[in-house]
Amino acid sequence: MSSPKDLRSPLSRARGLGSAKEGVRHFWAQRVSAVALIPLALWFVFSVVQGSGAGYGAARNWVAAPAVSVLLVLLIVTLLYHSLLGVQVVIEDYVGGEKKKLAALLLSKFTHALVAVAGIFAVLRIALGA
Amino acid sequence: MLGRYYRFQLTSVLSFAHRVTGVGLSLGSVLLVVWLLALASGPWAYEQFAKHLSAWYGQCLLLGWSWALLYHLCNGIRHLAWDLGYGFDLKTAYRSGYAVVVASLVLTAVAWALACLR
Repeated sequence: MSSPKDLRSPLSRARGLGSAKEGVRHFWAQRVSAVALIPLALWFVFSVVQGSGAGYGAARNWVAAPAVSVLLVLLIVTLLYHSLLGVQVVIEDYVGGEKKKLAALLLSKFTHALVAVAGIFAVLRIALGA
Repeated sequence: MLGRYYRFQLTSVLSFAHRVTGVGLSLGSVLLVVWLLALASGPWAYEQFAKHLSAWYGQCLLLGWSWALLYHLCNGIRHLAWDLGYGFDLKTAYRSGYAVVVASLVLTAVAWALACLR
């Protein structure tokens, strides 16, 4: 409970705990990214099937096509964002202890950022011909 | 094990599979990015990567990932329908569950058949 020195009101302390956290935003963001991933994932699977067995040159030309570069960057951003939200829920459900949980969440965030940036960089490097 | 104390139902197994495939696909996103990085690095790097991908273990991983992606996609649409308030009664939940399993297997088979025929 609050000590007499604590100047924060009970409401102020309750905010950021329990259902006053950002659950709704997380729920909504997960659904919005899921909807966006339906066409992106279908396009990607279709493209991989079509291009299977193609060599280095054909694959590079494919990535370098402007429409494909744009869709790939969109796919990477949406996929990694959706993955971040999903992995966060799994960590919150299964990792016990606040410290361990925080460490796992941080690791997940940093890893997702790294993978997303690396993917975008690779696409841009091919697309811009560096 | 769990089976002695807990009777598995299609709905709970599919729900768990949604999580497992989701985490698997998170790892799969790393594969996609490594593929792009290898492609950006040049022919030699790409060759090294392609060698592993076309080996038996690479193909097994790809098969697993393609099914995981298509399953998560189909079951994700089922989840979105629930979010909109459709298909919540038990009978429909089971029907859509079986539909998701069949659809994901059929789509995986079609994708691999088309890829192999090329």
